[in-house]
Amino acid sequence: MNAAAFAAFAPFTLLGVVTIAVMLLIAVRRNHHLAALSTIAGLLLCCIALPLAAPAAPIAVTPLFVVDGSVIFYAGLVLGSALVVAILSYAYLGGPEQGPREEYYLLLLTATLGAALLPASVHFASFFLGLETLSISLLGLIAYASPREESAEAGIKYLILGGASSAFLLFGMALIYADLGTMSFTQIGVLTRAGNPHDLFRLVGTAMILTGVGFKLSLVPFHMWTPDIYEGAPAPVTAFIAVVSKIAVFSVILRYFILADGQAGASLRAGLSMIAILSMLGGNLLALMQNNVKRLLAYSSIAHLGYLLVAFLAGGALGNEAAAYYLAAYAVTSLGAFGIVAQLSTPGAGRDADRMEDYHGLFRTRPFLAGSLALMLLSLAGLPPTMGFIGKFYLVASGVGAGLFWPVAALVLGSVIGIYYYLRVLVAMAMPVPAARSAAPPATAPLFGNVVIGVLLALLLMLGTYPAPAIALIRLTAGAVAG
Amino acid sequence: MNMLLILLLLIPAIGGVLAWLSGARHPDWPRWIAIFALAADLLLTLPLIGRAVMPGQSAWITSIDLPWIPQLGISFELNLDGLSLVLILLTIVLGLVSVVISWSEITERVGLFHANLLWATTGVIGVFLALDLFLFFFFWELMLVPMYFLIALWGHEHRFYAAIKFVIFTQGSSLLMLVAILALVFIHQRATGQLTFDYLALLGTKMSAATAFWLMLGFFIAFAVKLPAVPFHTWLPDAHTEAPTAGSVLLAGVLLKTGAYGLLRFVVPLFPAAAHEFAPVAMTLGVAGILYGALLAFGQNDMKRMIAYSSVSHMGFVLLGVFAWNTLALQGVVVQMLAHGVSTGALFILVGALQERIHTRDMRLMGGLWGAMPRLSGFGMIFAIASLGLPGLGNFIGEFLILLGSFRASVPFTVIASLGLVAGAAYALLLVQRAFHGRTAAQPGSAKPYDLTARHIAVMGGLVLAIIGLGVYPQPVFDQVAPGLAALQHEGTPPGNTPMEGQP
Repeated sequence: MNAAAFAAFAPFTLLGVVTIAVMLLIAVRRNHHLAALSTIAGLLLCCIALPLAAPAAPIAVTPLFVVDGSVIFYAGLVLGSALVVAILSYAYLGGPEQGPREEYYLLLLTATLGAALLPASVHFASFFLGLETLSISLLGLIAYASPREESAEAGIKYLILGGASSAFLLFGMALIYADLGTMSFTQIGVLTRAGNPHDLFRLVGTAMILTGVGFKLSLVPFHMWTPDIYEGAPAPVTAFIAVVSKIAVFSVILRYFILADGQAGASLRAGLSMIAILSMLGGNLLALMQNNVKRLLAYSSIAHLGYLLVAFLAGGALGNEAAAYYLAAYAVTSLGAFGIVAQLSTPGAGRDADRMEDYHGLFRTRPFLAGSLALMLLSLAGLPPTMGFIGKFYLVASGVGAGLFWPVAALVLGSVIGIYYYLRVLVAMAMPVPAARSAAPPATAPLFGNVVIGVLLALLLMLGTYPAPAIALIRLTAGAVAG
Repeated sequence: MNMLLILLLLIPAIGGVLAWLSGARHPDWPRWIAIFALAADLLLTLPLIGRAVMPGQSAWITSIDLPWIPQLGISFELNLDGLSLVLILLTIVLGLVSVVISWSEITERVGLFHANLLWATTGVIGVFLALDLFLFFFFWELMLVPMYFLIALWGHEHRFYAAIKFVIFTQGSSLLMLVAILALVFIHQRATGQLTFDYLALLGTKMSAATAFWLMLGFFIAFAVKLPAVPFHTWLPDAHTEAPTAGSVLLAGVLLKTGAYGLLRFVVPLFPAAAHEFAPVAMTLGVAGILYGALLAFGQNDMKRMIAYSSVSHMGFVLLGVFAWNTLALQGVVVQMLAHGVSTGALFILVGALQERIHTRDMRLMGGLWGAMPRLSGFGMIFAIASLGLPGLGNFIGEFLILLGSFRASVPFTVIASLGLVAGAAYALLLVQRAFHGRTAAQPGSAKPYDLTARHIAVMGGLVLAIIGLGVYPQPVFDQVAPGLAALQHEGTPPGNTPMEGQP
């Protein structure tokens, strides 16, 4: 590992150092504010360090990792989202005394470390290690922060299903290794293209990898865990699962298919199209009947990952750009939506503010949060003037450009269904304030939490009306991955 | 000069924000802000009247083209021709009218109401100006959300159902249009190597007849839903009935016109051959709309529903005229759009005023209102007979010219469509008879209802002048839109057919 590679890898090393530092800090002195602030500061440092490492890219760092434009983009998205989650968590957990919560930040950092390394992985070993670091930390995050029973239940569910999906993934990797004798993405690609026809081993192996990844991305038919976990986990952790882990897993699978499989063979493409269509329609249809906002957002995230697969299937420069922009839009929007749920909730209350009734009259009682949530929902629905609108446009463009008839049709149909339940939440917020709640004044959310929401909102509107800078950035970084 | 078009959009957009923020201070502030914003827009637009009417000049009065998303060939391109100008004037005037007549009707969340009203206006003006297809789609979607709020938050009993139905119909169809836009852009890119959403560049893109047909259909459905043409009209009666008065005025007066505008500006010029092939089907739909709308209007007891179905009938004439595609028919279409905007808007205002006074829209509970409210009833009769197409009033000119034009295109369609005039007379007179004449029905309210206030009289007086002006001397409108229509006709006539007067 030479100096240039070391420099390029510095942000990830720094993240590891920050993690250890926070661990030691907790050992020396237990203090919520100290742990939270050092975590936030550490993540901020990593975010700053990332663009500084960019000049060294693209460069291979050991056979396991690579640092190139797309790593800068996706790792940047992961780190930025983790930073937002950290601040929201600080606001969420910052209420009156409720037992130890310092380890929460440690788990958050290890989960971020695993997630940030995934976009850089070019080897099955690093792929699997990164994913496991992420998943095992998440397990702790889901169950740890709150004394509620649902959290423990959600944690156990995630443990079992996550374990099963990891087993699938590992078995798939093993099959491919048995077939080709290598675990490096690039080598697999070289051997595939050098005339090794797809045999049963590789087909089953790839299908199993897809199954494992399908669990992590919560695509239909591997989606069953999603609503329960989203509902049971504390709101900031839900934001982390919905955003950070999805970005990380999507970016590594994108790289795998570009490097190793030339964006997948015909039979796999057919399977992926089917999964995409099922996710878009299934996610949206299941969301229709939800009366719990977190479950509703869970099903909507299933649909959104389905939309994202359209760009994945489209491939090429436009498809990669569309995927990158859509992920950025999805990150801003979902962080905003779950962040607002977190801002409305207090962990001591026994449950998060996630029932539809909790949102009645919100335009009256909490105008800023309600207005922000309204715009986030419009963005999820793909209406202007938000990032979601541009993102959906990009997706349809890539799909139409690649001639994907059925996926685009499902995207259109799914979006129309989606509008219904997003607007339902909007309508709930415009309802009169329920009598029971109008007596008690709402608890005020911490100001810095609202500031984060405000920043996300500004991004949502600015990049939704003038997306040219974001597209230029994507062309500079993630667009370069086009193979 | 160039900033002018941007100002036209910025003033109501920012006015909306100000109106929202000021709503908490005093309910009158948003009202005045809305009036000032729209009046400023009107003052900016008025000097443009009469420009570029000389033959031989470019049809574009003014335009602006700024880079927006250069990576995808998208630019912020606004162009104004005579057609856009008259429709924008209609939009602004009806916007002003909506503010004035909501003065006493809207007392809840006044700031947000006027913000949504101004934003909807912004979206509509943008639709009439945008010549970049992506920008057009942006505004097309942008006007949807404020309109949804206007219906869902300030509407009547079944407002949520109506608002959601409105959004789902329009959103579903406009996503089809998005797919068609993108397919057109990619076909153009493959042919020329240039990725662009510029309407002027995309005109005349070569493609196979089958492709052109499907793309044309994508656009057509989006606009036919908005227009609305049978069988895509079912959202309209619900949305109209449940919307607050100002919402109905904007919907009928302005939003429906965006559909007609889209047909004129995009469907026929972009796909001339396919549109020519499709014309018999579209004209059938138009005629079906005329008769079906009139028939259903005849059977309604709810006054607002009746006017809504009469809109379906009137918009059927527009569809017929657009696909007849000759100068007479197109001139008729423009006048029909303006006259329908004014007359239907006025009728909705009167129903709104009536509902405020006697708390019902059910015509079975009305009767003999002329005695109690002579002024309201008098205006009601004027606009009802305008709606049935009495000569001397604007709608007559529109419908007559459309029929004259479509006669050259297809005699059978014209003959059947003329029956719509008879049906129109029947339901319009029935409205007058049931509501204003006859025996005085027992009013649900105990107090004697009061007549129109000065504010309403001023508005209605202005609208009466407008409808008479359109009916007696429509020539200025023809002059204004002639160059624009000529340019459209030039683009929209398939090769082999010379774009001469009267040629279908």
